[in-house]
Amino acid sequence: MTTPTGTGQKWIGRSVKRVEDRRLLTGRGTYIDDHPPVGNLFHAAIVRSPHAHARILGYDLGAALALDGVAGVITGADVARHSKPFSVGVTAPVHYYCAATDKARFVGEPVAVVVARSRYLAEDAAELVQVRYEPLPVVVDPERALEPDAPVLHEAVGSNLANNRRLVYGDPDRAFREADVVLKERFRFPKYGSTPIETYGVIARWDTLEGVCTVWSNFMGPFIMHPLTARVLGLPENRLRFIVPPDIGGSFGIKSLIYPYIALLALASKLTGVAVKWIEDRREHLLASSTGTDRVAYRELAAKKDGTILGMRFKWFDNVGGYIRSPEPGCSFRPTGNFVGPYRFQHLEVDASTVMTNKSLTGPNRGYACGHLYFETEGMLDRLAEKLGLDPVEVRRRNLIPTGAFPYRTPTGGLYDSGDYPATLDRAVQLAKYAELRREQATARAAGRYFGIGIALAVDPSVSNMGYVATALDPQFRAKPEYLPKSGAVDSATVKVDPLGRVIAILGTTPQGQGHQTIVAQIVADELGLVPEDVTVVDEMDTFTRVWSISSGTYSSRFGSVGTSAVALAARKLKAKLVAYAAHLMDRPPESLEFRDGSVRPRQGKGPSYSVKDLAGRAHWNTESLPEGMEPGLQATAVFGFTVARSVDAEDRVNSSNTYGFIAEIMAVEVDPETAAIKILRYVTVHDAGTIINPMIAEGQIYGGALHGLGGALYEELAYDEDGQCLTATFMDYLVPTACEAPTIEIAHVVSPSPLTPLGSKGLGESSSMTVPAVVANAVSDALGPLGIRINELPMTPSKLHAMIQKARKT
Amino acid sequence: MADLVTVRLKVNGVEREGRCEPRKLLVDFLREDLGLTGTHVGCEHGICGACTILLDGQAARSCIMLAVQADGAELMTVEGLAQDGKLHPLQEAFREHHGLQCGFCTPGMLMTSLDLLRTNPTPTDEEIREGISAVLCRCTGYQGIVNAVRAAARTPGGSR
Ligand code: FES
Ligand code: FES
Repeated sequence: MTTPTGTGQKWIGRSVKRVEDRRLLTGRGTYIDDHPPVGNLFHAAIVRSPHAHARILGYDLGAALALDGVAGVITGADVARHSKPFSVGVTAPVHYYCAATDKARFVGEPVAVVVARSRYLAEDAAELVQVRYEPLPVVVDPERALEPDAPVLHEAVGSNLANNRRLVYGDPDRAFREADVVLKERFRFPKYGSTPIETYGVIARWDTLEGVCTVWSNFMGPFIMHPLTARVLGLPENRLRFIVPPDIGGSFGIKSLIYPYIALLALASKLTGVAVKWIEDRREHLLASSTGTDRVAYRELAAKKDGTILGMRFKWFDNVGGYIRSPEPGCSFRPTGNFVGPYRFQHLEVDASTVMTNKSLTGPNRGYACGHLYFETEGMLDRLAEKLGLDPVEVRRRNLIPTGAFPYRTPTGGLYDSGDYPATLDRAVQLAKYAELRREQATARAAGRYFGIGIALAVDPSVSNMGYVATALDPQFRAKPEYLPKSGAVDSATVKVDPLGRVIAILGTTPQGQGHQTIVAQIVADELGLVPEDVTVVDEMDTFTRVWSISSGTYSSRFGSVGTSAVALAARKLKAKLVAYAAHLMDRPPESLEFRDGSVRPRQGKGPSYSVKDLAGRAHWNTESLPEGMEPGLQATAVFGFTVARSVDAEDRVNSSNTYGFIAEIMAVEVDPETAAIKILRYVTVHDAGTIINPMIAEGQIYGGALHGLGGALYEELAYDEDGQCLTATFMDYLVPTACEAPTIEIAHVVSPSPLTPLGSKGLGESSSMTVPAVVANAVSDALGPLGIRINELPMTPSKLHAMIQKARKT
Repeated sequence: MADLVTVRLKVNGVEREGRCEPRKLLVDFLREDLGLTGTHVGCEHGICGACTILLDGQAARSCIMLAVQADGAELMTVEGLAQDGKLHPLQEAFREHHGLQCGFCTPGMLMTSLDLLRTNPTPTDEEIREGISAVLCRCTGYQGIVNAVRAAARTPGGSR
């Protein structure tokens, strides 16, 4: 561990090595599949639909049940009898159960669960389960699904439209009337997921005598999914216990969608009377866990001749697959407050349709909805630059929210807490030596080479305010007296000091590789004048023992902003108590004392001082020494929530996140016209995420996020054929970037501390996952500009790009 | 259920023995029968590399082998890297250079890197990338891992 030098002894801001690493490097991590938390475990195998759309006519379970060691088989019929459908985020009557009950609506949808003595045996038995199906016509394309003659997935809904909202901010019609230039484009964003290397895992034990169901899983909630699941299972919330193991093998949003499996395995345990374990295999993961949506977008942009953007129109068709599953339609609304990105324009119309088709289900994937948003917006900015003959950097500069405008209220209700967008863009321009790159490009072009430069900017929202989801509902619906508004973004932490002055910090978070233990140790060390080694950090979420609220969990880049705030506040509360106690011991007014360098001392002059250790020993061993009225014990719990998290207003404005960072990126590529290979020559990313607590960890997040974005831009797509069969159900076909594809990244930071968090920090976990699709697409478009090629569709696989180049060369 | 067979092998220098079905995967045998849960399963079809171990000194994927195939073999798993309570230089380098986040790919990444350094003690960055491309990591973007392997190559005992 690095030793702090100089005065102040600040641990925040240092690349402190991670406390998590030793156990993980030696194979001593504790992931869900590692150590059974209960004895006598049975194992589950899930029978899944081979059809994309089919009516279930019946089940033959005889052969499976006859197998020695099989404890039972649960079918969709049991699920319908013993559970309720999950509530969904829209008013359309979509009945989404944890397994198919009447029809299967995508390939891989669970239709039955076999519980047996071992996983091998459960899989043998699963093969013997016979399900009789009547195949039905299939639709996979979101636009086709809305045609009047398309097969309908949910008869009760009557069409495949799960939801539509038209949101209007300002006066977009006027903006378009008054524009000198109007641009229109169509974009397609692919269905991809971040496929954590550890798949889902659930262990459920339903104790019917006690009426308590305990679930161990690598879930990243509890979030809203705990109450949702409790309701489905017919359990009071204090009878459904979620426990998370110390280590989770990545998530990137994907593991928030484990909750239907939690319900399914809980039911399996209840109905078979044994504790049941299920570990998803990779094929199951690719077929039926979760991905982001594929989207068709129609974009319009209105601008003046000088490049000033007056307004935009977005028309979206988001494909949520067979059922709209909560928190969808966050795919459309999660970025409501930052719909306008870093730009100043005031007039916007958003027409957002969420469409159900026979593909697998969707949900948050790193950069939730923002990769889509910025791919389109930044593409439009480049088209505008091209149209007006302006440099793409210049056209952005002319539209940025100016320095000094913060906190800035966006027309859609976002409150950008801090930032300096022009300065951050300038930093990226300098770092990339942009002018030099342009000269290089001119030389390359003159030599007949395809060299391109892409730019992408993004407002990086962190800590979503769960109130945004209600943007999906009509304002009239939200105005009804029985409608309960939603808002909030809360996390908690407890800090306690033991008799020797060492600290245990207890969190309600569920880290999946972000190094929470290290970061919390740094914060507490700074607050209490200790060294990180003096602080033991416990995460391991347990809904029965941790303090938490509905929005708690580790998602939407929350920890860097809200989790760290709770820790700092808890430590400060405790510090205040230590000061009050010391004041009593010294017989001085508390105002005359301060906490400095690990001790309580007089603010001025000399006098006795008490170290944390000293105070802790006295307070624990001799409660008589406490002042009258002081609660014994040295611990403090803080729950931090943002007051700027409000529910959506009648004009559909909502501050959909709580802190907002900023990203400016520049990439240079060269495309080989013969092979269509894209070579990344330079890639610069500049982030403003407020105070950086641990630069090493922050940069790790940026590297990882960037590669997820690159995967979606170039390689990854959950591809389906016309019959709704998934073509990419193994890692042989679903191409995850390897070290050979990973670019070298030049990273820089600009720091505009958030005024809303005690440490000034913001989240940055999603980071470049939301900008890379845009920056690569813009760079490749620029490279192939001489051929008239513009990238409006991802992923740019070599075969697709090759065909485009061939076609362009012929004409 | 088929009859159980006895599998005897040496893991991390220790003779081990277990009885399992002939169809049992080596990785499941290691994790379930021998309690060596450091070796992870990420795909079970031979692509992700999370399950990589050294089999008779060479990197092998324990998810596409049966335990019976390893009968009589000498194995090294991630649990065998640290000696006498001290991290292996390669492990130290991963820690120093932030070569891991969630840690799930890490055991496979370490064993693959060790195999690389044993066959090529002074790899170029390109060779490192090529070498570790046998293992998928979703967290790190690989940069920290490349830096770690490069550093380990320069450390005495890095390929021990
Ligand atoms: S688990 Fe063996 S290669 Fe993926
Ligand atoms: S560290 Fe998480 S997959 Fe590599």
